[in-house]
Amino acid sequence: MRPTRDVAVVAFGQTDHRRTSDELSEVEMLMPVLHEVLDRTGLKTSDIDFTCSGSTDYLAGRAFSFTMALDGVGAWPPISESHVEMDGAWALYEAWTKLLTGDADTALVYAYGKSSPGSVRDVLTRQLDPYYVAPLWPDSVALAALQARALIDAGDTDEPALAAVASRSRTSAAANPHAQLRGSVDQGDYVVRPLRTGDCPPVGDGAAAVILAAGERARELCERPAWIRGIDHRIEAHSLGVRDLTDSPSTRLAAERAGAFERPVDTAELHAPFTSQEVVLRKSLRLADDVDVNPSGGALAANPVMVAGLVRVGEAAARIHRGTSDRALAHATSGPCLQQNLVAVLEGDPR
Amino acid sequence: MSKEPVAVVGVGQTKHVAARRDVSIAGLVREAARRALEDAELTWSDVDAVVIGKAPDFFEGVMMPELYLADALGAVGKPMLRVHTAGSVGGSTALVATNLVAGRVHGTVLTLAYEKQSESNAMWGLSLPIPFQQPLLAGAGGFFAPHVRAYMRRTGAPDTVGSLVAYKDRRNALKNPYAHLHEHDITLEKVQASPMLWDPIRYSETCPSSDGACAMILTDRAGAARSPRPPAWLHGGAMRSEPTLFAGKDCVSPRAGKDCAADVYRQAGIADPRRDIDAVEMYVPFSWYEPMWLENLGFADEGEGWKLTESGVTELDGDLPVNMSGGVLSTNPIGASGMIRFAEAALQVRGQAGEHQVEGARRVLGHAYGGGSQFFSMWLVGSEPPSS
Repeated sequence: MRPTRDVAVVAFGQTDHRRTSDELSEVEMLMPVLHEVLDRTGLKTSDIDFTCSGSTDYLAGRAFSFTMALDGVGAWPPISESHVEMDGAWALYEAWTKLLTGDADTALVYAYGKSSPGSVRDVLTRQLDPYYVAPLWPDSVALAALQARALIDAGDTDEPALAAVASRSRTSAAANPHAQLRGSVDQGDYVVRPLRTGDCPPVGDGAAAVILAAGERARELCERPAWIRGIDHRIEAHSLGVRDLTDSPSTRLAAERAGAFERPVDTAELHAPFTSQEVVLRKSLRLADDVDVNPSGGALAANPVMVAGLVRVGEAAARIHRGTSDRALAHATSGPCLQQNLVAVLEGDPR
Repeated sequence: MSKEPVAVVGVGQTKHVAARRDVSIAGLVREAARRALEDAELTWSDVDAVVIGKAPDFFEGVMMPELYLADALGAVGKPMLRVHTAGSVGGSTALVATNLVAGRVHGTVLTLAYEKQSESNAMWGLSLPIPFQQPLLAGAGGFFAPHVRAYMRRTGAPDTVGSLVAYKDRRNALKNPYAHLHEHDITLEKVQASPMLWDPIRYSETCPSSDGACAMILTDRAGAARSPRPPAWLHGGAMRSEPTLFAGKDCVSPRAGKDCAADVYRQAGIADPRRDIDAVEMYVPFSWYEPMWLENLGFADEGEGWKLTESGVTELDGDLPVNMSGGVLSTNPIGASGMIRFAEAALQVRGQAGEHQVEGARRVLGHAYGGGSQFFSMWLVGSEPPSS
């Protein structure tokens, strides 16, 4: 579908993602990032027409955890605001649709997540079917390992190829000051066969924020706006037994609807927390070999839960802002084994 | 560039009860969604996207349940968004779905909100301790009771007004087959004799804990033209948020609520809400919130809301009926309660509200709030398409 209005990412900020941030509350972790994107555009909270955030109560360990972040935003006088209990990439999607209606010209989008207080592998099991699957506590690494095994059995990849994905990602991350794992990382022992430590994302805390603006407003706020040419997301069945884990039809459909296949992209920021998931996504997105995949290091270098998807959109946009990309694809995922996927296509003005 | 007009062409609810032990969470939401589709005479394949909302995940103990519910709601292969804005979530969810149609992203959207409180314990779900933050004081009643007391002191309202609201809403609920509480032997004396829970809030002036779901089908102008029953048209919708606690906050009449209503009235061309709006479904979890919100929403001057209630204006046969369905006081599946207000407003202007129908209701307001009276979502629907 053709958007009814031109909307762009005009600013992006993120924390340095870290294994623990004991000394900071979620709000304290988020605040510098909010100020960073506001400062970059010169906007004040009261200039923002719509605000939307992504987070989950299950990481905070309490109900309504997002209300505290709102206090930090400074919602006075009252603001037009919403929240998705999803990765911030979906908060960005909600903000994008709000801008399409014409009711808002600017939007602030933010996401935060602290995985360090608990065991995120165990916490994520609470996402599963509560009657039949969750009581068995199959953790996120075990489920990803099922997917990796299916890929190897299908001949789509092998363990050395997965190790190469890990190595390439973390080598790229060496140039990313925000990344948690940077440079050479040992592939390590098996966590759950066939996945080794190196195939898995780091567990960490982080936050990110983005400012969106429509039309001329975007050009006022940013020298080279990252125009959202299309954005779409799709969900698949929940039960792993009815899905082909070697494929991601939802990613393919979202990409098609976002216009990703109309012209080649030069950059792809993929939200693939496990090396094996990059294999699936590359195939679904038909990425050519010359596409720069995860120049930031991707989720293998930093995977703050609920934030990593928004960071992909932000990293893709930032490359357009800097002039190192003209047409970039950003991807976010949610749920076990890539159940739900979002694809955005971003472009800079021709130079 | 103008927005696409948005119409409600299908509404579905479950019969709300204390515990639906006969269905899973998936079974519960599917029941409401199917009823909304049947009302619109559409099938799952006519739905382009699903927007789902509920209050905290801790209430059922399922993290991000939209993942598990994708199959039950026919969302496989479609976009599915999950909204969470505390108690206002049912209304916010409908408004997010509205934007998908208004922004011409999708033609027909299923929106749904639910709570299956019997799966867990909402009181404990709200009471998880966290350092350096104010606990909710043993459930929502403890948080809101001082604000009710402040309202009474500020306005001089006699302490009988709350019981009038509860008595009215519980009688209205008897006319609504989906309402949770059907107290056939209700009397004003019984309400007034019920135990004091959080002074000045009595037991019968509080909402129940319900299992239930509510769904709506939203569509564009072309979809509305195919609707077998009269559509409800969106004339205005807005959300507003303000901080939970700060020195300048007016907990009795929060500014976010006033601003939200003003935005909706501006969009809908409402000059005088008392005159131009025919009925209201407002979020009243404790009876005293009816007079409080009457003022906050501009139906009465400051200090005068309780007089409207006391004079019978808000009765089902009054001049400005409030909570014709029985309201949150009679039915409270928390995450769905806001959407039920929005959906009941739509039923009224479609002339589909059955025994609790207000004759000639043309413009009706649906209202929801959440958190510490800090999140507001409202919409105004009409029997005629918007003129602009």
